[in-house]
Amino acid sequence: MAVQPEIDHATGRTTTGHEWDGIKELNSPLPKWWLYIFYATIVWSVGYWIVYPSWPLVTNYTKGVFGYASRQDVTRELDALKALRAERAGALARTPLEDIAKDPTLLTFALAQGKAAFGDNCAPCHGLSATGSPSFPNLRDDTWLWGGGIADIHQTIAFGIRNADDRSRQGPMPGLGGPNGALKPDEVITVANFVRALSGLPTRQGYDPAKGKELFANNCAACHGDEGRGNREMGAPNLTSRNFLYGSDEKTIIETINLGRGGVMPGWAGRLDETTVKSLAVYVHALGGGQ
Amino acid sequence: MSLWNKHAIFEKNSIILTIGILVVVAIGGLVEIAPLFYLRSTIEKVEGVRPYTPLELAGRAIYVREGCYNCHSQMIRPLRDEVERYGHYSLAAESMYDKPFQWGSKRTGPDLARVGGKYSDAWHVAHLANPRSIVPQSIMPGYAFLAQAEIRPEQVAGHLRTNSLGGVPYTTDQISNALVDLRAQVNPDSPGVQALQARYPGATVRAFGGNPTAAATGTVTEMDALVAYLQVLGTMVDFRTYDARANIR
Repeated sequence: MAVQPEIDHATGRTTTGHEWDGIKELNSPLPKWWLYIFYATIVWSVGYWIVYPSWPLVTNYTKGVFGYASRQDVTRELDALKALRAERAGALARTPLEDIAKDPTLLTFALAQGKAAFGDNCAPCHGLSATGSPSFPNLRDDTWLWGGGIADIHQTIAFGIRNADDRSRQGPMPGLGGPNGALKPDEVITVANFVRALSGLPTRQGYDPAKGKELFANNCAACHGDEGRGNREMGAPNLTSRNFLYGSDEKTIIETINLGRGGVMPGWAGRLDETTVKSLAVYVHALGGGQ
Repeated sequence: MSLWNKHAIFEKNSIILTIGILVVVAIGGLVEIAPLFYLRSTIEKVEGVRPYTPLELAGRAIYVREGCYNCHSQMIRPLRDEVERYGHYSLAAESMYDKPFQWGSKRTGPDLARVGGKYSDAWHVAHLANPRSIVPQSIMPGYAFLAQAEIRPEQVAGHLRTNSLGGVPYTTDQISNALVDLRAQVNPDSPGVQALQARYPGATVRAFGGNPTAAATGTVTEMDALVAYLQVLGTMVDFRTYDARANIR
């Protein structure tokens, strides 16, 4: 059975016995340095079994002498983070919202934490620079649907707007058009032009301001006020400010009147901890529009 | 040296080599994979996890079809920075009804394991239609067609049945009412809402795709389904009551 390996005369080594077009392959041994590293990794793995979790057993597995567990590790790291922040987070939790700005150290901490949390959680809707986009409010301007005081902002962030939570801000704008709506199509156009006129925007030809005023008083004034200055209790925007969340062109305003609006914002009290929500309120209030 | 010479048998016979490889790989599989199915410490029972509703399941199928997993993971690893950013680390039980799981392996976009409830439905609809209209620096493709594409009603029940073959415990009641449940979940005025929520505790009902008029007539779009799926991700387990420290292993 045993075949004597062929010896290559030039090197004195055996060949593998394979041949391709007269070319033969030397059966060279593996380099020593490679082989020893390979043996070392085997020895290392035995050490690894001893210190880290490795072998499955019947009902459990070997835990290793280090007692490492990734969940325990992350819990410990999060605890350490909490301890690191404890002093200032505690001060933040104790200080009333209005007084945070009076303490420069606390304010710096709140602004830094608020900025980080804003980037992670708020920027997708309101933009990285908080300038918003159509249907997502700009937080840097003076227009506030639900109030721009720091307590109002905190309330909005904590519980959100028109979501399933009872504590969230409620009050959708109903659609007034459509077959069963309060307004006929031509009346919707008249009201839309009245709303544009409130902001000093040009109106279409043949528009009847008296009719518009009457329709507005009967259908819109309950929320938006007789002069269209809005009502923050209901999140009804000020219609005289030229600042339109969904757009100020006639077509968009007609759509708003026909279908209604009801922008939703999630509440963050359940997702973020109390001090983070507080920091966010401080940060948003300090963006420039805070009142 | 005689043992090494026997290796020539493997080198010279492809069938024997193949069988040898299979045996060696099977050992690896037995040692590394099989214990995960019986070790008490790797099977964690968690309260609140339920099979997806027909609407969420349809959304999940769209998520898979569009290859969302190529850019989005659904796996918050137990690392400090990930927990800080995305929330509680993912539990195995949270993807127990995912066949197959959508953990993913690459984050071109953010992790979505806990995206449910983080943004409004309107945000999802606008963002899916044209991501750059809301997030200017986004490189995600647009999926505006989802709002026009209807969920094909004849496929809904079959989809549940196929999942039940894979081990998701859908009951015959859930399968036979799949289409009714699908339509009820986008229409809060539907008489089927109560039955839906009895079959799938905690299921939320609204016109996810932002078109209540169409939803009221029984038209369910792929946008409805995908947004419903995204809004349920990571929300089934109540982490106010889940005791993480008791489950350190």
